[in-house]
Amino acid sequence: MKKIITFGLVLTILTVSLAGCGGSSDDAETETRDTKPGINGQVKIYNWGEYIDEDVIELFEEKTGINVIYDTFDTNETMYPIIETGGIAYDAVCPSDYMIEKMIQNNLLQEINFDNIPNMKYIDETVMEGSRDFDPENKYSVPYTYGTLGIVYNTTKVHEPVTSWNILWDEKYDDEILMYNSVRDAFVAPLRLLNQDINSMDDTALNTATDMLIKQKPLVQSYVMDQIKDLMICGSASLAMCYSGEVLAMQEENPDLAYALPEEGSNFFIDSWVIPANAENKENAEAWINFLNEPEIALKNFEYITYSPPNTGAQELIDKELLSNPAVFPDEKILKKCTVFHTLGSDGDAKMNDLWMEVKGADW
Amino acid sequence: MRKQLAAGPYLIWMIGFTVIPLILIVYYGLTDASGAFTLNNVLAIMQPTRMNALFRSLKLSLICTAICLLLAYPLAMILKKMSHGGRSGLLIFIFILPMWMNFLLRTMAWQVILSRTGLINTLLSVLGLPPAKLINTNGAIVFGMVYNYLPFMVLPLYNVMVKISDDVIEAAHDLGAGWLQTFVHIILPLSVPGIISGITMVFVPALTTFVISDVLGGGMILLIGNVIEQEFTFTANWNLGSGLSLILMIFILISMFLIAKYDKEGNGTAF
Repeated sequence: MKKIITFGLVLTILTVSLAGCGGSSDDAETETRDTKPGINGQVKIYNWGEYIDEDVIELFEEKTGINVIYDTFDTNETMYPIIETGGIAYDAVCPSDYMIEKMIQNNLLQEINFDNIPNMKYIDETVMEGSRDFDPENKYSVPYTYGTLGIVYNTTKVHEPVTSWNILWDEKYDDEILMYNSVRDAFVAPLRLLNQDINSMDDTALNTATDMLIKQKPLVQSYVMDQIKDLMICGSASLAMCYSGEVLAMQEENPDLAYALPEEGSNFFIDSWVIPANAENKENAEAWINFLNEPEIALKNFEYITYSPPNTGAQELIDKELLSNPAVFPDEKILKKCTVFHTLGSDGDAKMNDLWMEVKGADW
Repeated sequence: MRKQLAAGPYLIWMIGFTVIPLILIVYYGLTDASGAFTLNNVLAIMQPTRMNALFRSLKLSLICTAICLLLAYPLAMILKKMSHGGRSGLLIFIFILPMWMNFLLRTMAWQVILSRTGLINTLLSVLGLPPAKLINTNGAIVFGMVYNYLPFMVLPLYNVMVKISDDVIEAAHDLGAGWLQTFVHIILPLSVPGIISGITMVFVPALTTFVISDVLGGGMILLIGNVIEQEFTFTANWNLGSGLSLILMIFILISMFLIAKYDKEGNGTAF
């Protein structure tokens, strides 16, 4: 029932906003038409699985007449070699921050012509600033979604306000805490409590962080990945580390769940559209990126994938109820203390892995 | 000549999927990233975290093997008795039935049963008893190992048991041996090949598992299998992962040596 109502609401919002924009969006449309379709009249898109509302693809095809060839990948690591070898010349790809950094370093990307993307004006300045961590001059990427690593908690069991990573060390919640079973994510909490960069390779800081995680271990119920969703929804645990993009879907199943972005700061991720160096239909790719940033389209997409859009136009249209949800709109001040992950190289990975094994192997 | 020809597919299979991978593991294990010879990957086991994981794995898999043996031996004897009436077939069938389901699914089912809000704890609370901490413990891991590997103990034991002639046992009784004496002097020695084979078939997979500890241990208990898995999946250091695998292979070689010594006729094989 609830879903039907939501669907109805979305539909109404869409029709109203589309009709409302009918007159004023003429300029935007002519601009799009000015960009000539590429040689093949097609565009090859490579995106994460389940990371778009498929209606959007059809709408794009209808509007521009460009034929979309759409493929998906599961992890940044599987996407990378495909772009590197260039077996298929994709025109637009949507990797995460640290992977974009690596692709820029290895000359796999080309600069985007922002004249073809007038909707850039909608992109949130904070997110653009965050992007400079991996794309220093904002030349290669257009943010698609962003989010934070925070704490999801069950309000029927946690009665105090959740503001700090410290709560994951509170003995009251013995056997009620879930941590990500992945070294980079797990270390974010102790490193930020120590006021250290989450990409820190400083020995003292990392050793202290390791000790903190070992000290926390008796309180932890388990180190898990996707199961966090199930365990939190069914109430088997009270507190868990969680990526913000997952939270809306979890709240739909269990309204008692809430999300907090700890005040010490955290990891901030950005998935952005980039254009590979060997793209054959660059202008079509730019038209695609521009289309995704039409506010109504970005909103429609958000309703489906629940990862926050950095598009201010869409943000204004979003259900007002969600404005106060930190899973969708993190606090700007805390956001300033959040940073993206950088690749640590194979030595750094090996070091982190050794520390993680120390935590996981510790008796408790 | 015919025989050799028929062995062809098996030979290709063996070379392709056993011999070459083994050579690759040895090669990776004894070289570094640049391809130069090194023993560091093997010596890396000396690091305390890895040593602890290895000992924990040895401990848990030995407990698992002992429990399996204690459970399976009487069962195999019962099956032998029943085989006279031809009724053992159904029992063995029932016993093997769970193995038709995917190993991972069965283990995840136990995760649900043992969890805090799972079947057992719900039952306990209905009876007014306090909830028990079942999941994410050493006990849960040993339980998962026993559950999954018990058939590998029962089948080789059953195979040697049915081959022990009843005449031999009757002869012992005729000569005045009691139940215990018959067991100690006749049945037990004759079933040694099955015992050894069963122990190996349970101990080796239990020692190397990483799935059971992940699913039933909640990632809280690190076994040597998990350490090796991380080297392949997270750090992508195949050299180190292979080097550590070589250590495990030593234990497997010891097992194979024991089989070869006690099971010369190949009686104890499971299938």
